[in-house]
This record gives sequence, C-alpha cells and structure tokens, in this order.
Amino acid sequence: MSVLIEYFLNITDLVSHELPHFEGLFSRRSLRRCVSLHCDLHGLEEGPADTAVLTRDQGLSYYRCMQTIRRMELKADQLYKQKIIRGFCHLYDGQEACAAGIEAGIERTDHVITAYRAHAFTYTRGVSVREILAELTGRQGGVAKGKGGSMHMYAPHFYGGNGIVGAQVPLGAGIALACQYQGNGQICVALYGDGAANQGQLFETYNMAALWKLPCVFVCENNRYGMGTSVERAAASTDYYKRGDFIPGLRVDGMDVLCVREATKFAADHCRSGKGPILMELQTYRYHGHSMSDPGVSYRTREEVQEVRSKNDPISLLKERMLSNNMASAEELKEIDGEIRKEVDDAAQFATSDPEPPLDDLCKYIYHNSPPVQVRGTNPWAKLQSVSSS
Amino acid sequence: MASLRCFLRSGKNAMAALQRSGFHSSAPAAVQMMVRDALNQAMDEELERDERVFLLGEEVAQYDGAYKVSRGLWKKYGDQRIIDTPISEMGFTGIAVGAAFAGLRPICEFMTFNFSMQAIDQVINSAAKTCYMSAGFQAVPIVFRGPNGSSAGVAAQHSQCFAAWYAHCPGLKVVSPWNSEDAKGLLKAAIRDDNPVVFMENELMYGVPFEMSEEALSKDFVLPIGKAKIERPGNHVTLVSHSRCVGHCLDAAAVLAKEGIECEVINLRSIRPMDTDAIEASVMKTNHLVTVEGGWPQFGVGAEICAKIMEGPAFNYLDAPVTRVTGVDIPMPYAKILEDNSVPQIKDIIFSIKKTLNV
Repeated sequence: MSVLIEYFLNITDLVSHELPHFEGLFSRRSLRRCVSLHCDLHGLEEGPADTAVLTRDQGLSYYRCMQTIRRMELKADQLYKQKIIRGFCHLYDGQEACAAGIEAGIERTDHVITAYRAHAFTYTRGVSVREILAELTGRQGGVAKGKGGSMHMYAPHFYGGNGIVGAQVPLGAGIALACQYQGNGQICVALYGDGAANQGQLFETYNMAALWKLPCVFVCENNRYGMGTSVERAAASTDYYKRGDFIPGLRVDGMDVLCVREATKFAADHCRSGKGPILMELQTYRYHGHSMSDPGVSYRTREEVQEVRSKNDPISLLKERMLSNNMASAEELKEIDGEIRKEVDDAAQFATSDPEPPLDDLCKYIYHNSPPVQVRGTNPWAKLQSVSSS
Repeated sequence: MASLRCFLRSGKNAMAALQRSGFHSSAPAAVQMMVRDALNQAMDEELERDERVFLLGEEVAQYDGAYKVSRGLWKKYGDQRIIDTPISEMGFTGIAVGAAFAGLRPICEFMTFNFSMQAIDQVINSAAKTCYMSAGFQAVPIVFRGPNGSSAGVAAQHSQCFAAWYAHCPGLKVVSPWNSEDAKGLLKAAIRDDNPVVFMENELMYGVPFEMSEEALSKDFVLPIGKAKIERPGNHVTLVSHSRCVGHCLDAAAVLAKEGIECEVINLRSIRPMDTDAIEASVMKTNHLVTVEGGWPQFGVGAEICAKIMEGPAFNYLDAPVTRVTGVDIPMPYAKILEDNSVPQIKDIIFSIKKTLNV
C-alpha cells in the first residue's frame, strides 16, 4: 500500500512576521510530494489513510522532539561513561520517530506504558529533560526523587518505565480496561520489544483484550535485537504484527515519524470506535547496544549500524524532507539544535549538581495514605519510620 | 464435633456480646454467620459503596465463585463489575494491577494462592514496589485474595501457605483473618486501603459459622490492618497464631484451663505489618511464648516472631526460649493419616505449651 504524503505550508506562516528572514524562501502555494510508504496489514481490510498532512509547525515540533531525545540520550551516554550515572541505562537513540510519532498520534489524555527503554516516552509524556537526567543521576530533583532510576519514571497518564520484560503489557491492558470501565473514550498504548514479544503473558493479554474489546494499542518496537539475540534466533515468526492472531495488526517503518503518526492515529481510532485492541509493529533500530554495558557490536556489525545511521536516521529523514520542501531553512534547524544543546547541557548541569536525596527519604512512600509503620533498618537498633504519600 | 468446636471458639464471644448488650434477662438475637458469607457481605457492601471497586478472577461471576464466596454478586452487579477471567493468572493479575494504576479498585481473586505463583511477579514487582519506585506518585489500591494454606486431601500442589512469601516483601500489606468478624472487617479495610493488600483466607474456614456482633453487621465495620486481637486473656503463656490455627489455640487453651494453665491467645490478623507491640506486651506478662502456624517452619511467620522478640524488650522477660509449632517441613501428602500429621494438631500445641512451661 502506498501512502501519499502531502506537504503544505501553514498559511499563517506566510503572513507571520515572526520569521521575517524566511519570507523570500517560501512558495505561496502548497507543495505536494508523493512518497511511497509501505504498510503491511493483518486482519484488516484497510490501513491508515493514504494521505497525510505535515504542516510546518508539526514538522518543527517533531524535529525538536526527536532532536531533544537524541541529545538527551547522548548526554546520558556521556554521563554514564563518566560514572555519574550508574546501574542500568538503556538508550533510545535511533528510535526517536517511534516515541515522537506515537505522541503525535494520540491525545494527551490517552495513556502510555512501556518497558525499560523509557527515557524518550518520559519526555514525550511531559517530563522535562532536567527531571529525567536528575533521575538518572539519582538526585532529589529527579522525576521519581531518585527512588526509581532509569527504568522507573512516571508522569500523568504515563506508567513507566517497567523493568520486568513483558510485564508492562498486561498492565497496559488493565489501564485500557479502566478506560473502558470509566467510559472516558481514552485508550492505552502498551509498548514492548521484539524480545518481549515471545513472553507468554502477552498472549494471555491478547486473549483477554480481544475477548473484552479493550481499547488497547499494542505496539511492538522491533529494533531487530532482544539484547544480543537477533529476531531470527528468537522467534519462530518474526512477523510481530501478526502474532496477535485474532487481533488485527499493521506494520510500518518506525524510522519515519509520519508513518508512525498515521499508523498510531489509525490504531487509536480503531480502539476508540469500540472495535477492540489492535497491534502495531514499528520497524526501528537502536544505535547503542542493549544497555550501556553492551557495546553492541558482538552480535551485529559496525557496518550495519553505520548503514542505518547514514541511510535511515529518523531525524535526518525528517530534516531532509523539510529542507527539500522549503518548510524550514538549514539555519532555522541549526538554531533549534543550538537551543536543544543548551537545554540538555543545562539539564546535565542540574543533574550533576543537585543534591542526592536525604537519608530521611529511605522509608518514604512505601505506602500511600497509610499511618506510619516502623521499618527495620540494617540492625535492630536502627528503627526507622515510614512516611506514606498522600 | 464441628458444632462443639464452634461453641468452644465462639463461647467467649457470645458471653462478651451478652454482657455488652446489657440484656442479662433475655438472650439477644445472636446472628451466626459463616466466614464465606462474611466475606460476601464485605464485598457486596464495598461494591455498593464505591463504583470503582470490581472483582475479577476465575469463576467469580457465573459460577458464583469456586468456593461460593462471591455468590450472588454477579447477579446483582453485572458483567462490568464481576468479571470471569480465562485461566491466565499472570495476564489477569497484570490487568488488575494496571486497572489499579488507572483509577479503579480491583479485587483480584486467586482460586487458591498456589496459583498466585504464576502471577507473583505482577504482585511483587508491579504492585508492591510501584508506590516506592515512583516516590509516591503512583498508588496501587488493589486486593489480592483467595484461600491460602492447607485444605483437606488436595495434596502437595494445592496446600502451600504463602504467608511468609508475601509478608517478606515491603510495599505489601498481608492479612490473615480467622473468624467471620475478622473476615468482614479486614476485607473491607483491605478494599478501602490505597495499597496492595494480600488477603489470605482459608478454605476449611469458609463453612464455619461464628457470631457476629451488631457492630460487625453494620456497613461501616472496618478493622484496622496491623492490629492483633487478644481472643483469650491469660497469664501463663502467650500463644500467637493466625488463620485457622487460632481456633486450634483456643481449643488447646480450653483443655489446659482445666489443668490450671491459662493461655493468652493472640490472633495476629495482620502478618504485615505485624502487631509486635501486642506480642511483646503479652510476653512481658506471661514470660512464655509459643507460635502456632500451618506453614512450613523455615523462614516462616514463627521464625520472624522469634527474631522480633529477641530484638525487643520482651526478650529479657522470657523464662524459656520461644517455641514454634508449625506444619511439618514436607510437601503435603495425600493419605488422610499422613495429612493429619503434617499440620499442627491440638495435641501438638498442648504438648509444646507444656514443654515450654516445663510442666
């Protein structure tokens, strides 16, 4: 199926005086480009609409979003190598189009849950780079006050950040059940990777979600490797979009933010109309290894990584589209890059200088809305008291 | 024999109820209620009170519950609030926890806690730890309930006690009711609690009737989680127990009373948080402690009580080491004679008390 992407300029930009230096560059007509994009379908008569609109504002917004994620992840890489971040750190660079595209395809009031490669979604769901980096460095200014770390960051309508592979999928279906129960028209996007796709609890979840028509979009971010195991070595069927069996599925290019957005919109509409769950496979790639302890080259070649970087980078793809269609200038994008660099540097500065949580926090928030209980410390004389959240 | 046991256990309560009500001349209309009906009443009242509460599990709806604990609820509340699940513990437990994340208050039933092992990751990693990991941002108001521990003739895979397993984990509350009042008051408290509560029932107790006070019959009867109850005061030895074994302790106490040994029987009600203060206060009075549980001895509830007593002020009041009476450290056998001898019997409790008292 080919998808036409229609580009045109936001008419207000033409009359805007905010960007006077671009007046001469933009055409006063809408520009159309035909781009053939592939979308595989399973159990569906039709897929996403074959036309999509990208406005200048949207393009800039997606660019900014993806570039911020990229810079944030690379900063985390740097801080990890300096031993300022410790423990687990699973980076998302290369996969930016998935997080940005999904957020663009859903409402703010919808719900998202993912696994441990979660920094990008924490950002797209509204947490600042500052609070994310400070959580990675384990400071009190972190989004989870230093209690959670890389894999346990939360925000309104964002449920982490989950460390146990596959566990987030039934949780996501449960969130969808709550949406259905409360009749609020919201949906839940439950993400997992190609490795988690082989977890039994996913199939239990598919069954119940389909049975009860839960408004859940299951998204498989297929980055070709589950830790060090390639998809061919892990799955009898690598058509992850078909693995939902009786659940309809679609597979799109996860490196193209517009494809992801359109597929997400389609999937969200499907759920919202009461048709039940749907499965979406995004074919994507991670530049880093599985985590910071994995150089990522023992099970794949450097050439492969380089090839994706040069030919299929999600940010470059969007940038080229916008430049070649005169939707933005190189200088403008460079200015955005500069702003992002500053934002991320400031965030890193905060993340390295903010104090660690006080020892008093040790026993805070074990429970919610609960009278204090005595908490046993490391020795019988260390009698601590819990403080609950409220 | 069952009715005699019933009287032995409830005798004290009936007298107390009589005295409290002030009607000394005529007997009050004492209401007898089985544990399963008390649980049913608790769920019914909470379902009515808060529309976010719902029940899910295998056979809870149209079958009226594998042990009939949820009888009538589906007819009254319908498909949305009483949900039959497929046989998918890990899946439906995860779904229940996710629903709790997003604003509902699920009651997740395990047909028995043995099956909870399939789903234990969701209970511990998704439910118990989330409030802490999120620094209080994400609460998880969920109840996991079902029968726990030994039954009758169900053999090894269906007889394990999970009190120690769940009570080991911070972030959970673990409750183990004995009688109908416990069942109702603690289940209502668990449902109203904003934290994950593991509520361990006992299949052999479901059909046992107990007296319910007027207070216990009211719609707002809630017992505090974390507080034990002294079922029977005494001066010579403290017996600490939970669930079905509380009844055995009271029976042993009745026998020993005839020999002049007065046992103080403490019904823990909560395993986590445990009412250590109540145990300590009692030990400081009686100077002797015997714990009684159905579960295995190693790393169990009794073991924890021993450690707690050693670390606290009551240690100096002990005239003898603490004695643990537990299930035998074996997988549960099937043949009746073997099964009967795999769990604490009243004679084992009496024997252990006498050894502890050196009489």
